[in-house]
Amino acid sequence: MSTAVTTAAATTDLDLRADMSVAARHRLAVDDLIRGARLWRLAWGLGWLDIRLRYRGSMLGPFWLTISTGVMVAALGFLYSTLFKMNLRDYLPFLALSQVLWGFLAAVVSDACTTFTDAESVIRSVRMPFFVFSARTLIRNIIALAHNIVVIVVVFAIFSLWPGWDILMALPGLLLWVIDALALTLLLGAFCARFRDIQPIVNSVMQIMFFVTPVIWKPSQVGAVVEKLPFNPFYDLLEIVRGPLLGDGGATGMTWVGAILYSLALCSISWAFFVRARGRVTFWI
Amino acid sequence: MALNARVEVENVSVWFPLYHGSSRSLKKMVVAAASGRLAHDQQQRVVVRALRDINLHLERGDRLGLVGSNGAGKTTLLRVLAGIYEPAIGRLRVQGSLNALLDPSLGMNMELTGRENILLRGLYNGLPKSALPRLEEDVAEFAGLADFIDLPVRIYSAGMVVRLGFALATAIKPQILLMDEWFLAGDAAFLEKARHRLEAMVRGAEILVLSSHQSDIIRDWCTRVLWLDQGQVVADGPAADVLARYLGSAPEQPAVAALA
Repeated sequence: MSTAVTTAAATTDLDLRADMSVAARHRLAVDDLIRGARLWRLAWGLGWLDIRLRYRGSMLGPFWLTISTGVMVAALGFLYSTLFKMNLRDYLPFLALSQVLWGFLAAVVSDACTTFTDAESVIRSVRMPFFVFSARTLIRNIIALAHNIVVIVVVFAIFSLWPGWDILMALPGLLLWVIDALALTLLLGAFCARFRDIQPIVNSVMQIMFFVTPVIWKPSQVGAVVEKLPFNPFYDLLEIVRGPLLGDGGATGMTWVGAILYSLALCSISWAFFVRARGRVTFWI
Repeated sequence: MALNARVEVENVSVWFPLYHGSSRSLKKMVVAAASGRLAHDQQQRVVVRALRDINLHLERGDRLGLVGSNGAGKTTLLRVLAGIYEPAIGRLRVQGSLNALLDPSLGMNMELTGRENILLRGLYNGLPKSALPRLEEDVAEFAGLADFIDLPVRIYSAGMVVRLGFALATAIKPQILLMDEWFLAGDAAFLEKARHRLEAMVRGAEILVLSSHQSDIIRDWCTRVLWLDQGQVVADGPAADVLARYLGSAPEQPAVAALA
């Protein structure tokens, strides 16, 4: 019979109890990550879908991202190189790199807030690992970053710059970004589902961080304050990737220490909160 | 499918905290905590007791129907069984593959074509790549969308969306089938076809839990009925007995009713 059902569902084995031990809660949270990671093709598909739908019907599609970033970098580059009285050849590559990398960080932080609330209808109609939605947020932003990298390549090509093989030194930094981004989406995703006034707070904090972090200005311009920059977590995280790409000898040991310490703190807080909140998020969204 | 399917619900209660106004605000929580009012606040939090002290054991071969008025907790119980709502009190154990037909348009995206939606559903269910062509063929054939399968769902007629949603939801064969009443929508010709497919699926499932307002469907498909009222079990037993009591206690619900 043509109406026969053929595809079998995956097996589940659930044991949920209200008075779970701490170890059991950790096990369930680990299980969430493992099952979520196994669904990487879903996360990948949803991430692509988000980008595709955002630019649906436009001729250039996601390359609008590239163009808007390019225009922004060009405009800011000419303006600030005049204001700061800096050589365009020194300043523009720095700005292109900083602007694109910061764009990624800021978007991840902002998107993290809506990781779970955006997936409300799915979360409420099927048992799905929360980690899938974290991965989706990360993948969506990585795809956007990949489109923006074109701007960096073009600017570097115009000034015929090549940072050398130091460029590979950026990879460990990028790996740390991926881990931090996943931790942040789990934390802010759940936290913003519970407290709806967090997202505006996060957005204003990011606005301030944009100005106090050397994105449009160079660390060398602030004189003695440069010593204190590693206390800004965004400086450390930005520098471990940007440093090697600028070809100025890579990030210093101090920024790496800062980046790792801040990441450890973020991951521990995120994990502690996720273990507690995992079973409750469905009630919050 | 090595193990027999089994569902055990022990003393399960589910509360919905009503988050609105001040409890949604971190600022107010912090202020309340600082002024030592937090514990007091927690106690006075408005909660809806959606389910109270539910006990349920289902073994292979059980066909359970859920009856009760709107807001009795039928859909909430289905969501608990599906592992979506984790119990606030009590314990839930589920063994065996499970498919919950709760939302007819789960994960369907109006901008994607019918075919893309089928593949997306395959991903949602974590199917291996090798299973996707078969899923695609099965759903496309049943939904009978012909050339529309390669056009965006947004231009489909309402009936076509229902057919696609139904075909997608019923394409995955589980050991434990949880079903909400939405699937009874659709045009008459489709309903006949849908009934065949659904019956094949119900027969194939080891455990069925069905929530419906239509007592004839419950009578046809279920051997056991659980009557819920305000989140509590009023009666649990053989279908004929409980249905008779339920129908005797209240006028029959209209066939089309809003989901709880």
